Amino acid sequence: MKSNDVILQTVANIVLFIILMFSVFLFFNGHHEPGGGFIGGLMTSSALVLLLLAYDLETVKRILPVDFKLVTAAGLLVAVGTGMGSFFFGAPFLSQTYDYFHFPVLGELELATALIFDVGVYLVVVGITLTIIQTIGEDR
Amino acid sequence: MEILMSVTAGILFMGGTYLVLSKNIIRIIIGTSVISHGAHILLLTMAGLKTGAPPLLGLEASSYTDPLPQALILTAIVISFGVTSFFLVLGYRAYKENGTDNTENMRGTDSYD
Amino acid sequence: MFTALHLAIIAPFIAAVFVPLLYKKIPSIHTGWFVLFVPAILFIYFLQHIPTTSQEGAVTAAFPWVPSLGINFRAYVDGLGLLFALLITGIGALVVLYSIYYLSKKRESLHTFYTFLLMFMGAMLGVVLSDNMIVLYLFWEITSVSSFLLISYWYEREKSLYGALKSMLITVLGGFSMLVGFVLLYSITGTFSIQETIASSSEIVSHDLFLPAMLTILLGAFTKSAQFPFHIWLPDAMEAPTPVSAYLHSATMVKAGIYLVARLTPVFAVSGEWLWLVAGFGITTLFWGSFSAVRQTDLKGILAYSTVSQLGMILSMLGVGAAAFHFQEIDNNLFVGATTAALFHLFNHATFKGSLFMMVGIVDHETGTRDIRNLGGLMTIMPITFTIAAIGSFSMAGLPPFNGFLSKELFFTSMVNITEFQQFNMETFGILFPVVAWIASVFTFIYSMILVFKTFAGPLQKEKLDTKPHEAPFGMLLAPIVLVSLVIVIGFFPNVLSYTIIAPAMASILPSLLQEGQQFEVDIYFWHDWNTELFMTMGVVAAGILLYLGMKKWKGVYKLFPEKLSFNNLYDQTLNKGEVLSQKVMASHMNGFIRNYLVYIFAFVAAALLITMFYKGAFVIDTSGMAPITIYESVLVVVLVASVGVMMFTTSRLTLIIGLGVAGYTVALFFVIFRAPDLALTQLIIETVSVALFLLCFYHLPQIAKNLEPLRFKAGNFIISAAVGITVTLIGISAGSSRMFESISGFFKEYSYKEAGGRNMVNVILVDFRGFDTMLEILVLGIAAAGIFTMIRLRLAGRDEL
Repeated sequence: MKSNDVILQTVANIVLFIILMFSVFLFFNGHHEPGGGFIGGLMTSSALVLLLLAYDLETVKRILPVDFKLVTAAGLLVAVGTGMGSFFFGAPFLSQTYDYFHFPVLGELELATALIFDVGVYLVVVGITLTIIQTIGEDR
Repeated sequence: MEILMSVTAGILFMGGTYLVLSKNIIRIIIGTSVISHGAHILLLTMAGLKTGAPPLLGLEASSYTDPLPQALILTAIVISFGVTSFFLVLGYRAYKENGTDNTENMRGTDSYD
Repeated sequence: MFTALHLAIIAPFIAAVFVPLLYKKIPSIHTGWFVLFVPAILFIYFLQHIPTTSQEGAVTAAFPWVPSLGINFRAYVDGLGLLFALLITGIGALVVLYSIYYLSKKRESLHTFYTFLLMFMGAMLGVVLSDNMIVLYLFWEITSVSSFLLISYWYEREKSLYGALKSMLITVLGGFSMLVGFVLLYSITGTFSIQETIASSSEIVSHDLFLPAMLTILLGAFTKSAQFPFHIWLPDAMEAPTPVSAYLHSATMVKAGIYLVARLTPVFAVSGEWLWLVAGFGITTLFWGSFSAVRQTDLKGILAYSTVSQLGMILSMLGVGAAAFHFQEIDNNLFVGATTAALFHLFNHATFKGSLFMMVGIVDHETGTRDIRNLGGLMTIMPITFTIAAIGSFSMAGLPPFNGFLSKELFFTSMVNITEFQQFNMETFGILFPVVAWIASVFTFIYSMILVFKTFAGPLQKEKLDTKPHEAPFGMLLAPIVLVSLVIVIGFFPNVLSYTIIAPAMASILPSLLQEGQQFEVDIYFWHDWNTELFMTMGVVAAGILLYLGMKKWKGVYKLFPEKLSFNNLYDQTLNKGEVLSQKVMASHMNGFIRNYLVYIFAFVAAALLITMFYKGAFVIDTSGMAPITIYESVLVVVLVASVGVMMFTTSRLTLIIGLGVAGYTVALFFVIFRAPDLALTQLIIETVSVALFLLCFYHLPQIAKNLEPLRFKAGNFIISAAVGITVTLIGISAGSSRMFESISGFFKEYSYKEAGGRNMVNVILVDFRGFDTMLEILVLGIAAAGIFTMIRLRLAGRDEL
C-alpha cells in the first residue's frame, strides 16, 4: 500500500496511543462495565490496522517485529491453561473464582481468574485480526 | 417495535439470500455478512426489546435487558468476522487460481476417475 | 464389570495399536514375531476354560455399554463359543507363524498387514463370545471390514480391489439383513441377549415375525459363509495373501455364518422351514462347490470352491440336526448324530484346509505359479510339501486313516438317517439328501486328487516356471506340519475331542434335549461294520478314480454353463447398471453449480418452516408489552432497508462495500438503542476492520460483470429470497409474542455478581458461565486464521489439474 499521507501519519502517531490506552482500559473494565477481551482485542487491532493504513507493511513490521500467529497460539494456550488450572484445585474444567485483595497504592481491588481467561481471548483476537490483515496485505 | 424489527430482520435475510444466490463470488460473500446481520437483529428481537436497563449490575436498575442473547450475539459477531474473512480469502484465491469470479465456471468435473 | 474375559476379547485390538510402533522402531526383527504372542497367549488362556465348559456350563461376564437400550457387552463362553475361540486363536497363531516366512520383511508393509489381522482376530473373538446381538453385529461388521482390508492388501492389483469390494458388498448386505433380523427378534422378545432369546424360544415360534426374522438372519449367515448363490465372493477373495486366505477365508471368518446358524438353532430349529432351508442350501452349496472346483486351474481357486462346498456340507449337517428337536430326549434320537458330525467336521476342516492353503502358499512361493497347467513333478523336489498335500487332500477326500474319513462317514450316516424322518415331507423328498451328498463327494474326491497329483506327479515343466523350485525353509513348513499332525492324530484318536470340545458345544446347540446333569454321548470310531455308509465311501472312491482318469472325456459338461448366465455376471451387471443409474440421477440435480445447491437448501428451509407453521397454527401475534417505536428507530430502519436495497441491485463493487458498511454501522446503532453497549462497541470495531479488509481484497478483484444473470434467473432468486425473508419475519414475530416458559436470564441477573464477581453480565456469561463456548469460539477463530494463512501462502503449484 503505497502512500505518503503526511496528515494521516502524523495523526496516526498520536491517535494510536490514545486508542491503545482506551483498549487497555476497555479490557480491564470488562468485568464490570462494557468491554472485555473481545472488545479490547478488537480495539487494539484496529489501532494497529490504522498504523498499517497510515504507513506500509514493512514499516509496521519494523516497529512491531511480532509474529501474530504466535500471539494467537499463545492466547489459545492461556485460555486452555486457565481451564486446566482448575484441575489443580479439584474443580471441573474452566471453573473460575475471584477474591478481593488489598494493594498498597491502588487500595481494595477485585482479582478474578476469569481475567486471565480474558487475556487469552484478547491475545487470540489481536493475533487473528492481524494475521489475516498481514497475510492478505503481503500477498502481492 | 418488535414487529418492525422482525420485518427488518426479514428484509436483511431476503437481501442476503438474494445476494448469496447470485453468480458473482463477491456478492455471495457480502450476502453471508448481510444474513449474519439479520440473524443478530432477529436474536435480539426475539428476546424482547428495551425491557430494562443495559445488563450492567453497576447501574442498579430495577430491571435489566436479557443478557443471554447479547452474549450469544457477541460470540456470533466475532465468529462471523472470522468466517467472512475466510470466505473473502477463499473467493480471492479462487479468482486468482481460476481466473474467474463466476461460480458457474467453477464447477468441478463430475467424473471420479 | 470389565473382566479378564473382556480383556481377552479386545486384547488383539489393543495389540494392533502397538504394531505400527514396533514395525517402525524395531525394523530388524520381523514384526510377526511380536504378533505371534497375542494368539498364542490367548489360545492358552482359552484352553483353561475347557474344564469349566465341559463340566459346569457357561462362563459369563457382563459389561454395561448402552444399558438404556439394553446393549451390554456380555461375554459368554460356552462349549460352542469356546470351540470357535480355540480355532480362532490356535489357527491364528499358526497362520502368524507361517506369515513370518511368507511375507518378506523387506518388501511388504508388515505393519498394515498385522494391524488388520489382529483387528480381525479380535472382531472374530467378539462375534463368537458375545451374548448381545448388537455387540455381535458390531464385531461381525468389523470382520467384514478387516476382511476387505486384507483382501485388498496388495491394493495396486486390480483384481485384489475387485475381490475386496465384492466380498465387502455381499457380506455387508447380509450383515445388514442380519441386523434387521435381530431387531425383529428384539421386537418379539424385548431382549438382545441370545441366551434370554433362547429361553423364550417357545413363544417366538408362534409369533408372526418368526419367519421374517429367521429369513433375514439366515441371509446374513449364508452370505458370510459363502453359501450358494452368494458363494461368488469367496473365489475372488483369494487375491488376498495366502496366510489371510488360510485364516479368514477357510478356517474362521467364513465359519461365522455357521456359528450364527448353530448359535440360533435352539431358537428357530423347530420349524420345518429352518430344516429345509439350512439343509437344502447347505447340500446345494456342497454339490455346486465341489462341481465347480473340478474345473478350476488355479490351486487357490480349487481350494476356494472346495471351501465353499465344505461349508455347505457343515451347514447341511446342522440343518439336518434340527430334526432332533422333534424328540424329547437324546436316547434313541437318530438325528443328534448330525450335529456331532457338523462340529467334528468343522474342526477337521480347519485342520486339513488350513494345511492345504499353506501348502499352496509354499508352492506359489517356491515356483512362482499356482496354475496346475504349469505345475507337475514337484514330488521329488519338495518331498515335505508333497507329504503335507497328500495327507491334507486324502483327509479332504474322506480316505482313512485321516480325520476327514471319520467326519465323512458321520456325514453319510446323518444324510441316510434323515430319510427316516417323518415330518415336513422328509419321508418323500428326503431321499435327495443322500443322493446329492454322494455325488458331491465323488467330485470332492476328484478335486482332492487334482490338487495332489497335478501339482506333484507327472513331468516337471521347468520352462514354464519363473524360478528354480526347491523345498521351502523349515519355518514355513512348521505351521502346516502341525496341522497335518493334527489331521493324523485326530484320525486315530478322535475321542480326544469328544467330551472336551464337541459334547459341550452340542449342549449349546441342542440345550432343550438335555436333562439335568446329562451330557451328550459322543463316541467316534473307525470301524462300524459293513453298513451303508462304508459302501457309499467305497463307491465314492471307485467312481472318483474312474472319473479322474477319464476326465478329458466328460470335461465338456462345464461348457453347458455359459458365462453370461452365471451369478458372477449378474453381480457385475447389477453393479454396473446401478452405478450408471445413480450417476444419472445425481447428475440431474447435483450439477456442480453452487447456486443450485443453495436454492435447494433455501427453498427447503422456507417451505418446511412455513408449512409447519401453517399446519400447527404456530403463528401468533401479541402486541401487548411491545416497545414503542420512536423516530430514531424509524430512521435507522429506513437507512438499513435502503442499504440492503442498494446492495441487492448495484453492480459496482465499491457501492456494495459501502452498502455493507452502512448496514453494519446501522446495526451497531440499533445495538446502542436496544441497551446493548458491548455489542455496539464490538460491532463498530468489527465493521471498521472488515471494511478495511474488504477494500484490501477488492483492490485485486474484478468488476462485477454486467448482464451476467438473465432476468428469469434473477426473478427466481428473488422469489426464493422473499420466501426466506417472510419465514424469518413470521418466526421473529411469533417468537417475540409467545413465552412457552420462563427465560433463564433471571439466573444471570441474580448470580453474576454473587458467583462470578462481575457486574457486566454479558462479559460474565462469556468468560465464566459459558467459558467453554468462548474457548471453542476462539479456537474456531484460530482455525480460520490458520486457514487464511495457508490459503494465501500455499500455492497450488505442483498440481496440474485445476
